[in-house]
Amino acid sequence: MIPITRPIKRKAIKPGVAGFLFTTPWLLGFLIFTAGPMLTSLYLSFTKYDLSTMKWIGTTNYQRLFTEDPLFWKSLQVTIAYAILTVPLGIAASLALALLLNQKVRGQRFFRTVFYLPSIVPAVASSLLWMWIFNSDYGILNWALGLFGWSGIEWLADEKYTLYAFAAMSLWGAGGGRMVIFLAGLQGISETYYEAARIDGASPWQQFRSVTIPLLSPVIFFNLILGVIGAFQVFTQAYIMTGGGPNNATLFYALNLFRNAFEYFKLGKASAMAWVLFVILLIITAIQFWGSKRWVHYEGEAK
Amino acid sequence: MKRIAKLPSYFVLILLSALFLVPFLWTVSTALKANEDAFTFPPQWIPNHAQWDNFPKAWTALPFTQWVLNTLFITVVTTAATVITSSLVAYGFSRFKFRGRNAMFYTMLATMMLPGQVTMIPVFMIWRTLGAIDTFYPLILPAFFGGGAFNIFLMRQFFLTLPREYDEAAMLDGAGFFRIWWKILLPLSGPVIATVAVLSFISHWDEFNGPLIYLNSPEKYTVSIGLRMFQDSYGSETNQLMAASLIHILPTIVLFFFAQRYFMKGINLSGLGGR
Repeated sequence: MIPITRPIKRKAIKPGVAGFLFTTPWLLGFLIFTAGPMLTSLYLSFTKYDLSTMKWIGTTNYQRLFTEDPLFWKSLQVTIAYAILTVPLGIAASLALALLLNQKVRGQRFFRTVFYLPSIVPAVASSLLWMWIFNSDYGILNWALGLFGWSGIEWLADEKYTLYAFAAMSLWGAGGGRMVIFLAGLQGISETYYEAARIDGASPWQQFRSVTIPLLSPVIFFNLILGVIGAFQVFTQAYIMTGGGPNNATLFYALNLFRNAFEYFKLGKASAMAWVLFVILLIITAIQFWGSKRWVHYEGEAK
Repeated sequence: MKRIAKLPSYFVLILLSALFLVPFLWTVSTALKANEDAFTFPPQWIPNHAQWDNFPKAWTALPFTQWVLNTLFITVVTTAATVITSSLVAYGFSRFKFRGRNAMFYTMLATMMLPGQVTMIPVFMIWRTLGAIDTFYPLILPAFFGGGAFNIFLMRQFFLTLPREYDEAAMLDGAGFFRIWWKILLPLSGPVIATVAVLSFISHWDEFNGPLIYLNSPEKYTVSIGLRMFQDSYGSETNQLMAASLIHILPTIVLFFFAQRYFMKGINLSGLGGR
């Protein structure tokens, strides 16, 4: 145990005070890097600001975004399409993968590692790697598709295909991370539930529907919330691979915002865009929480 | 009988893991080719002659040594700061009752949903006012304030699983709060420390957006920004571009393999986080 190195001499700090003191690094960080900047950003969104002069212009930034900025709408549309394409598919695929691995297969650790590896590859490197895979003349994707008789798809240059290319990349890059979380959730479900279901004569599908899904629903919900937020913040891949092109087909919202802020120095407009993004995410998250009452099951409910 | 029932699962798993590995193999294969061999169709998987000198060529074409040192410096300092401050804050949240604790804790969780874009511009203005543009401070100092909500949350979840009796016994022996954190909780927290450290290392090693905003002079670049510069200057040398990408990827993979055992234990906690 702990040796007594010195007698207690100082007057002991009250536990409540000590607890608060231990959390102050976070509190300070929150005030300096989150709360303060949030308010500042809200203020900036009503100004015209280019790092040298700042002028209050009321709601002009918002009005312009909504009424006369086709790129704003384009970037919103691209991002929403990407989220709809990748979030449900990504969650379903990761869950399926976790279910496969949870069957006590041999080499579970090996497979888990293989599926997890892409999620630790740096975004710049994985973007460069996938650009080469998507290369329409020499890439392996078109070579593989060629074996099935498809030819010459311009994955990153034809706006019909770019979003699918980004979606494929995200399945590879984010699938494993989610899978590991699902696997942990699955392994936390007690075997007794399944035994009880089998005694009642439940088929594997019924067990999945009535035991696995309800007990895993909080984890699914958690992944859904973070998945949507993540989809709205895609930046690096678009910046490196396409620069937003072709014809703005990959002008993701975060890329559009970054350009307005740090390339065109329209910091007021960019702040307005950030707040629009924030409000959109708040609304989507609120809807998800509201909807979750119907399908997310918390054991015990107590906190 | 049971084994046979699992055969389709094995088939799917093996097929999928091959699909997941192909991008890596393809990168390695390209990185070892002569550049003209990279541009053949159908692609050639095994290089005629492994061109190992693509790696030193890529490394010396641009100042990668400097960039790796810069990135290592930033990454090591932020990781140490994250582990220490996140565990301190988590200690406060998990072991003490005080007024406003729950409000603070839930506020902290809510910040995980805040898109970084909302704070990006004002935070940039702060660093600009302090004259810290084109320095490492904007990339390092924020890690000293708890190291991010998710890391604090992971630490707290782990601390909650450690019996309080240990703390109480130590307290009877005369240990103060700080000593309990240092001598009791931290030594028992190997898996979660490993997880937070690995996640933090990887995320700072990978980071692109921050260095892109704050670093202007090439000698201060990190590997991710440098790799972007390499793409601009030597994009047509695909073999060297892939070699450079592998240089960027390799440390994360090596680290992951070393820490894997602990790391997976800790990650499992985040799965329980959804509950």
